[in-house]
Amino acid sequence: MSERLAVRKTYKLYVNGAFPRSESGRTYEVHDARGAFLANAAQASRKDARDAVVAARAAFGKWSRATAYNRGQVLYRVAEVMEGRHAQFCEEVAAGEGLSGGRARAVVDAAIDRWVWYAGWTDKLAAVLGSANPVAGPFFDFSLPEPTGVVAVLAPQRSSLLGLVSVLAPVLAGGNTAVVVTSRARPLPAVTLGEVLATSDVPGGVVNLLTGDAAELGPWLAEHDDVDAVDLTGAPPAQAMELERLAAGSIKRVVRPPAEEPDWSADPGTSRMTPFLETKTVWHPKGV
Amino acid sequence: MTHVLDPGTLAAGTRPGPGPGTPFDDVTRSDAALRAFLHGLSGVDQVGAEQRAATLGTRSIKTTAKAWAIDTAIAMIDLTTLEGADTPGKVRSLAAKARRPDPTDPSCPAVAAVCVYGDLAGVAREALEGTGIHVAAVATAFPSGRASREVKLADVRDAVANGADEIDMVIDRGAFLSGRYLEVFEEIVAVKEACGGAHLKVILETGELVTYDNARRASWLAMLAGADFIKTSTGKISPAATLPVCLVMLEAVRDFRAATGTQVGVKPAGGIRTTKDAVKHLVLVNETVGADWLSPDWFRLGASSLLNDLLLQRQKLRTGHYSGPDHVSVD
Repeated sequence: MSERLAVRKTYKLYVNGAFPRSESGRTYEVHDARGAFLANAAQASRKDARDAVVAARAAFGKWSRATAYNRGQVLYRVAEVMEGRHAQFCEEVAAGEGLSGGRARAVVDAAIDRWVWYAGWTDKLAAVLGSANPVAGPFFDFSLPEPTGVVAVLAPQRSSLLGLVSVLAPVLAGGNTAVVVTSRARPLPAVTLGEVLATSDVPGGVVNLLTGDAAELGPWLAEHDDVDAVDLTGAPPAQAMELERLAAGSIKRVVRPPAEEPDWSADPGTSRMTPFLETKTVWHPKGV
Repeated sequence: MTHVLDPGTLAAGTRPGPGPGTPFDDVTRSDAALRAFLHGLSGVDQVGAEQRAATLGTRSIKTTAKAWAIDTAIAMIDLTTLEGADTPGKVRSLAAKARRPDPTDPSCPAVAAVCVYGDLAGVAREALEGTGIHVAAVATAFPSGRASREVKLADVRDAVANGADEIDMVIDRGAFLSGRYLEVFEEIVAVKEACGGAHLKVILETGELVTYDNARRASWLAMLAGADFIKTSTGKISPAATLPVCLVMLEAVRDFRAATGTQVGVKPAGGIRTTKDAVKHLVLVNETVGADWLSPDWFRLGASSLLNDLLLQRQKLRTGHYSGPDHVSVD
């Protein structure tokens, strides 16, 4: 029997619950940590980013109005499906990040645990971040966290799965929808996460994953009038200030990029959820 | 008899415009003659028409050409609201939008017309006084057309009296589909008369005519009866305006002008929601009938949500970054 030919994969984007090719028709080669060919990935263009924002905006109403409990269930289901793809994630993380099998397994475990952790936060945000305010009058006065809207996320360039989950899950937990530009050199775990999301209960358009160049897509997303917040974690350091300036044009919430990529295994706290929540305060007459 | 369309047989001295003395005078003499003429029109190659429309739809229109196309499309829009829930307030806000589609940019052109139900034409007329924007009213028991002729004519007279200077009538599709062409013809003639000075747009409702052959026949029928415009659809039936059916109608107005010297306008309506759709229609016009029709006097787009998408694209071209639905008014 002759030797089996390798099936060389060309992955696509994940936009609006479907897997389209890049509108530009571009792809690029993905190599492992040692430089060997892994697969081809779609290289998203500005028009893919535009379509993704339209999809995210359309999905926002339903996702943001879902009850916090329901969102938690949906996100927990994602973690379940990720668990089923555990081996595939391990392989991709090991190849892309040059980790040993054991280290890669630990990273994937941490990523799934991180997702479960954020799934648990959905119905606790209001209790922790909201408040019943004492006011000088016959009113009940409540402050409640509400989602900001469409969030553009430039995912970390180095940590391709744990880093990605650590920036994406908090955005979703608060009820936002996301347009994510994945790590350029290590996009494969993100592509697999797209397949996980497509086969779980997350409505199409809530998460849109664009493989490609953050330096190319970042300015379009930062300047887009229909994007409400940007997370610049994976932005090229030299470009970060320019992106902040562009984001200011439409008064976006901005999460600034850290000086260097943090250790994603550390306890994240609520600091990545709060930037994408708005506080609504309601006054209600007490009646008596 | 079959009446073969051959512009070469026309006498040089024929008067322009349909009516007595035109080469087609004889075809509207009787039901049989009209049927023979309409059925004698060459059939539409369905696959060919769809292929042609699809090919023209792939044209890439960019930068300055796109800017021109967007402004041209805005100036061609019949900004439409045809809901049971329409109020004078809604019509007034629509009129305000018609005058200044993009309040942040004075260089944005006004639309061609505002299209409302006949009873609200007066409100629209008042709101648009002195702007040059036309007031179009739908009439003749829109959208079904199921009423007696007296009621339809009264509907038209009422709309004109309320201030409409364009009337969008629907043809009697029941009569058309059962082959009573002369009845449809006479109704259009009667409505044209009731319009007085108002422009008459004849809605064929091609979604209900089923075939492209029928769309071509209905186009000719309407033009013979004196339509100033032929319009694809009411917007209440799906499919509404499609590119192939628009192509068939454009070919009909082209052939009609070649045969009679009378130019008739075309208005696709319903289902045109994106800038891309609008630009495809403009390409279709230019490639089928030429630049003579690329003006609001001869080509209109019946739409409501299309305008917002055109404005978003226009803002994108102007500012260099993507705009969002928060930056245009909600209808």
